[in-house]
Amino acid sequence: MFKIVKKGVLNPAVKLLEVEAPYIARKAEPGQFIILRVNEEGERIPLTIADFNREKGTVTIIFQEVGKTTQLLGALNEGESILDFAGPLGMPTHYGEVKKAAVIGGGLGTAIAYPQAKKLHSMGADVDVIAGFRNKDLIILEEEMKAVSSRTFITTDDGSNGNKGFVSDVLKRLIEEGNKYDLVVVIGPLIMMKVVSGITKEYGIKTIVSMNPIMVDGTGMCGGCRVTVGGKVKFACVDGPDFDGHEVDFDEAMRRQLMYKKEERHSMEGHRCRLEGIKNA
Amino acid sequence: MPNMSLKKMQMPEQEPEKRVKNFLEVALGYTEEMAVEEAKRCLNCKHKPCTKGCPVNVKIPEFITLVAEGKFEEAYLKINETNSLPAICGRVCPQESQCEKFCVRGKKGEPVGIGRLERFVADWYMANRKIEQTQVERKNRKVAVVGSGPAGLTCAGDLAKMGYDVTVFEAFHTPGGVLVYGIPEFRLPKELVNKEIDTIRNLGVDIKTNMVIGRVLTLDELKKEGFEAVFIGTGAGLPSFMGISGENLNGVYSANEFLTRINLMKAYKFPDCDTPVKVGRNVAVVGGGNVAMDAARSAKRLGAENVYIVYRRSEEEMPARLEEVHHAKEEGIIFKLLTNPTKIIGTEDGWVKGMECISMELGEPDSSGRRRPVPKAGSEHILDLETVIIAIGQSPNPLIKSTTPDLETQKWGGIITDEETGATSIEGVYAGGDAVTGAATVILAMGAGKKAAAAIDKYLSER
Repeated sequence: MFKIVKKGVLNPAVKLLEVEAPYIARKAEPGQFIILRVNEEGERIPLTIADFNREKGTVTIIFQEVGKTTQLLGALNEGESILDFAGPLGMPTHYGEVKKAAVIGGGLGTAIAYPQAKKLHSMGADVDVIAGFRNKDLIILEEEMKAVSSRTFITTDDGSNGNKGFVSDVLKRLIEEGNKYDLVVVIGPLIMMKVVSGITKEYGIKTIVSMNPIMVDGTGMCGGCRVTVGGKVKFACVDGPDFDGHEVDFDEAMRRQLMYKKEERHSMEGHRCRLEGIKNA
Repeated sequence: MPNMSLKKMQMPEQEPEKRVKNFLEVALGYTEEMAVEEAKRCLNCKHKPCTKGCPVNVKIPEFITLVAEGKFEEAYLKINETNSLPAICGRVCPQESQCEKFCVRGKKGEPVGIGRLERFVADWYMANRKIEQTQVERKNRKVAVVGSGPAGLTCAGDLAKMGYDVTVFEAFHTPGGVLVYGIPEFRLPKELVNKEIDTIRNLGVDIKTNMVIGRVLTLDELKKEGFEAVFIGTGAGLPSFMGISGENLNGVYSANEFLTRINLMKAYKFPDCDTPVKVGRNVAVVGGGNVAMDAARSAKRLGAENVYIVYRRSEEEMPARLEEVHHAKEEGIIFKLLTNPTKIIGTEDGWVKGMECISMELGEPDSSGRRRPVPKAGSEHILDLETVIIAIGQSPNPLIKSTTPDLETQKWGGIITDEETGATSIEGVYAGGDAVTGAATVILAMGAGKKAAAAIDKYLSER
């Protein structure tokens, strides 16, 4: 059992849990993930490590309540425990030498992009953070990102924060204004990573994306997380989850993401019925 | 007076029509009377040919004699002297190529049902045993076992019996390895696996789940934590794919993923359990081993109408246990032999709709001694399918190797060990089971775990 020592609500749908997991905290690096299971009947889901504290022995996860498992997880409180929590899984991000980087997050992806920005910043790189959200109420980690970047640009799809647009537009503008990035890290919805990778390919800027496919074990056993990268089949859990954005077959990844849509909805509706049943009782 | 019947006492089974609708165990086991009758078929040969077929040296004629005398508890203790997991072995060992292969009764008629008797004895004991904590003198020396499958559990059990403090590290949330993620409930009930694991815990073995060794702790770090020796029994978890086009279409599974979803994650209980699995009306399983049979029979139970085994050689070369092939046929699995897939065909939006196959014929023997299948030109044909399960083998998981550069492995990933002791290229580190041999059997893994336990004891005693 893994105890929750802190819970935070970042926006109405996004929650943060700081979890006691000393072994994992000792080893975790940006880019890696954990797999958790909430209860005995629960599924195993991968979540990227958003932060870790080696001294306190804790690992932080940030997640959006999109399905039954993330809802159950979001319903847990400080002092309660998560049944299973395994990691750190996947390869740590490998940056090489970086002078100037743009770290881009889309929605929840910002939570995963944040530790990357933090690491690059601590390595002495000049970091610009670009984060995009649907509207201003969904903005997360603004202060944290400002603390680890030279400049932070936040866009909203509806312009409700006064800065309407997509992260890709901001990146393009920054590049055209003469910012010489030698690395772009982009984490968010597949379509966003695809668009940004398309832009950086034009300009020949190295681009790292973080894939989050469906997986079961997270240790290379099931092969459910197959991603085609540069024409070769890779397992995101052990070969990734970071890959060269210019090489990833995003269209295939988007299709594979839909494999269990129907079942996910079924699971979620069943869960909601039971919840409402309890409320009505 | 021995029972001279040429045939084994039949073991009751669930009827095929009924069992394809449930996940309950197919074979139901002997009653006491049946077991005594079958045990009386044993001639108690002086030279005990059967025992040389057993990788863990079960004292076969001795335990069978005790069964014939109705001394079931004594029979269990006799088996348990060399085998810590008899209820499992009795169910999943390929007896026809091991102990029973050498049985004198098999020269004319069927061999003694050694596996069935072993299973009976283990089940009888589980139902009737009194749990007692075994007291052994502790040595206060720590040994780590990585992986809680058959190799790891056997090694841990044997070391605990010798008085070592054994900690088993398991990456999954449940111990058991392939016994829980790979072999289906209808062949090996998980409740029984849990009981066998409890027996090992009762010996004082500490099992830590959710510990992915190689990531969370390296072998060096285990040594720093005070473990004086390490046994690696991490199995063969890396699934192989065919490398043909269409393998990433939605609806294509590795057998590992398909079975793990069903067995470990209980997808057959969806939505009561949260993990889903997709099974179309028409399912093809590619491969001819036990894993392929397990996947095909699971698909049938999940409602598939037509389930095909697509295998490139003929039935004679099939590596699956006879009983599994027999059960699969009884359950209506369709065998497409001498057939090899050439590509998987998808719909416009990326779901499986069929598989192109080519017919094969057998040519000259290859390096495995089996006749090599050769494609017949122009024999391409298409199977209409929604689900394809690839069960063509697994290789060892490279996780530990990737963080332990000194650990020498074969090109294909198997850890290189001394055959007699399981010693690896690193002092104090031993390995065994599928992690060394590539995908093999439960009993061979147990044999390797046993040898390594003895070698670790010798190594630590001399240190």
